[in-house]
Amino acid sequence: MSVKEIRQNENNIQFHMLPNKKHKTLTFAVKFRAPLERETVTKRALLPYVLKQGTASFPTRKELQEELAELYGAVLSIGGSKKGESHILTFYLEVPNEKFLPETNSLMERAIELLYEIVYKPNQEENGFLKRVFNREKETLRQNILSIKDDKASYANMRLMDEMCSGERYSIHAQGYEEDLSELSNQELLTYYQNLRQEDEMDVYVSGDFDAKQMLDLLTRQFKRSSKKKEASVKDDAPVQSVPSKELIEEDQVQQAKLNIGYRTNILYRDEKYPALQVFNGMFGGFPSSKLFINVREKNSLAYYAVSRMESHKGLLFVMSGIAPEDYDKALAIIREQMEAMKNGDFTEEELEETKLLIINQLKETLDHTQGMIEFMYQQVVGQKEMTIDELFEGIQQVTKEQVIEVANQVQENMVYLLTSEGGEADE
Amino acid sequence: MNKQYFDTIDETLYEEKLDNGLRVCLLPKPELAKTYGVFMTNYGSIDQSFVPIGQTEAITVPDGIAHFLEHKLFEKEDRDVFTDFTKQAASPNAFTSFTETAYLFSATSNIEKNVLTLVDFVQDPYFSEQSVEKEKGIIAQEINMYDDQPDWRLFMGTNKALFHNHPVNIDIAGTVDSIYTITKDDLYTCYHTFYHPENMILFVTGNFDAQEMMNLIKENQQKKSFDKLDDIKRQFPEEPDTVKEKNLKINMPVSIPKCAVGIKEPNKRLEGEEYLKRDLFVDMVLDHFFSTGGEFYQKLYDEDLIDNSFFFESNLQTSFGYVSIGSNTNNPETFSSRVQELLLSTKDLEISEADFERMKKKKMGQLLRAMNSLEFIANQFATLSFKKVNLFDIVPFIQKLTVQDVNAFLNSWIEEERLATCTIQNQTVDK
Repeated sequence: MSVKEIRQNENNIQFHMLPNKKHKTLTFAVKFRAPLERETVTKRALLPYVLKQGTASFPTRKELQEELAELYGAVLSIGGSKKGESHILTFYLEVPNEKFLPETNSLMERAIELLYEIVYKPNQEENGFLKRVFNREKETLRQNILSIKDDKASYANMRLMDEMCSGERYSIHAQGYEEDLSELSNQELLTYYQNLRQEDEMDVYVSGDFDAKQMLDLLTRQFKRSSKKKEASVKDDAPVQSVPSKELIEEDQVQQAKLNIGYRTNILYRDEKYPALQVFNGMFGGFPSSKLFINVREKNSLAYYAVSRMESHKGLLFVMSGIAPEDYDKALAIIREQMEAMKNGDFTEEELEETKLLIINQLKETLDHTQGMIEFMYQQVVGQKEMTIDELFEGIQQVTKEQVIEVANQVQENMVYLLTSEGGEADE
Repeated sequence: MNKQYFDTIDETLYEEKLDNGLRVCLLPKPELAKTYGVFMTNYGSIDQSFVPIGQTEAITVPDGIAHFLEHKLFEKEDRDVFTDFTKQAASPNAFTSFTETAYLFSATSNIEKNVLTLVDFVQDPYFSEQSVEKEKGIIAQEINMYDDQPDWRLFMGTNKALFHNHPVNIDIAGTVDSIYTITKDDLYTCYHTFYHPENMILFVTGNFDAQEMMNLIKENQQKKSFDKLDDIKRQFPEEPDTVKEKNLKINMPVSIPKCAVGIKEPNKRLEGEEYLKRDLFVDMVLDHFFSTGGEFYQKLYDEDLIDNSFFFESNLQTSFGYVSIGSNTNNPETFSSRVQELLLSTKDLEISEADFERMKKKKMGQLLRAMNSLEFIANQFATLSFKKVNLFDIVPFIQKLTVQDVNAFLNSWIEEERLATCTIQNQTVDK
């Protein structure tokens, strides 16, 4: 199995064509990447909100949405996210493939034109975006920043990251900061956006059933920029070594407590040990067959969920679980026991092989999804490691029990965070 | 085995109704690595009162039992079925809705084995007192988790405001109290009635050969025997057309209040084209007025009554239907009254020919996009089959819809007595 990628660096933009016959749609992605920084993150968080509200030729949201509807319900999404210590601004546009439509009045060309317009010709006045839109979307973002507290799972993750990575760039919130928002001016935002388009790393992806040469022609005719500044490439913070584990308990009005634990792996996507880390995570808490799920949920009925997740570009690992407040000590002890078991190699060759298959299965499924394929390929760009799908699978297949144990022993617990009901552990 | 080619979407469907009543549908997609299978029963949380198979008197079982049963089916006397799938490199899952329970897996290898595992575990229940007791703690955690989510409370609150007696006003998982009364005998009674092949559908799509797959499933089913099932008699309480409570308020900690206006669909059993047409119209009209490009959305936005949490959703089923339109809002009362005014104004509005053509284009495109997903195809096909609708007929059906029909629907859609509001806000505001 393989993913066909045709790459072309042109006009200071990296184009990636991913032609395949899996889908009934064409998916376009434009990505801008820059270092994660407190000074710029709020601007980058606000841009998607503003840019969705209209363009020069489709000045209102209504007109823009009508154009998308005309393109047979094309879907536009714009969003910001962080990967390790980078911030990525992504524009996605997905349109039905002409093959399945009753009429075909050059839908593809129109889609590319619209995408270009959305990125390059926002609706401006004087020295900024439309004032009304700017003010209103600032308010929307502000409310979103505030309402993170209502989603207890996300809130607990955020708090763990704040405290565990305090002082590190990774702890910067991708959704921005309320206090920075109030000071941000319209002109500043537009100027920043103009610079971003010139200076960020820029990648353009297309996935679907199309002719790559024709597509590249169409895209390179539209998407152009003069040479970008050279030093813009992202530098990682140095890894954090030797970490004493801390505990933090906070209270809120919740019925279910969130117990999250942060670890340092200091193993990155590009590292040789990464496949072993993937297998480790799969056995520890990545699947319903993992130690966490089996022991925390199934054997002890302590939680509805108990999982572990990796941050591949920063070298972190997180355990997340939802438990009854009074079960805190017991749940924490059982989670720690599972980590000890991994370090002691307390698992069979059979479980190891099963986990490898599950991981490969998951990757293959990801590659069946149109956005999944693009994100997978982009992961390699951000992670600075390129390999074919076959090489990747082979890497996972070759992981040995000894390597998993070695990786397990490299994982250091850094922080235990509990968000629990008011009145705390003694509750009920 | 029946073979049907649908040219508008370039897909070929193979299907057969087996001797025991099971409907099997196969949609091969050789260009994908993955295969997805779903085994679904026409049985959900609302099916609480019914005549059990082989009996004559109707009974009523505890709230949340369909969902409880879904959890327990994975557990066998000697093992957990999750492990079987895992050994075959598949990811299994399950879900329970108001009207269906579904068991599913996805995999990129061992496809035939995984299909058999799916069918066999669902058709081989093992419930013991001990394992039923153990599950109560896990499900209580799940219920508490949902109770902490304001969006879920808003969703259920809206249904509680709309419906007097229909069990769609009860949480799918039940309550912590109700699940503690569930016994293993209750589970068997529900199981034998609703998990009869006659009441189920198996849909498999992805990377496999249709003929071989069908043979495999037939051979498997021939080895099993089932009691005879006549029509399942389900009972639903009498439900008035009007809403139960005009204004329902729920107090819980939220940083911004949440509010939703609910529309109760009239009490009329719908199936086949009649169902599909109404479902599409509700959907397309909501989208036309309330999506981010819509006129009503614009008004609410200009009046500062909504933010980007704004949503609208509809759920039309054969025995009930509702629409919910909601948002985080600092002015829940104004939001509610404005949404209701806008809805009521549709009586006198007219959708133009040009607008309707665009609405149709959008809907067709949305469907095509959704069909990139094997999960969507299989799950939607299965649920729609219980309403006697074929998923693959929808795209051509949309092309035939007329502007006269949509306007007739629009002008008779909303009645004030079928609207209700649910608000979630902090305790301090109200007390």
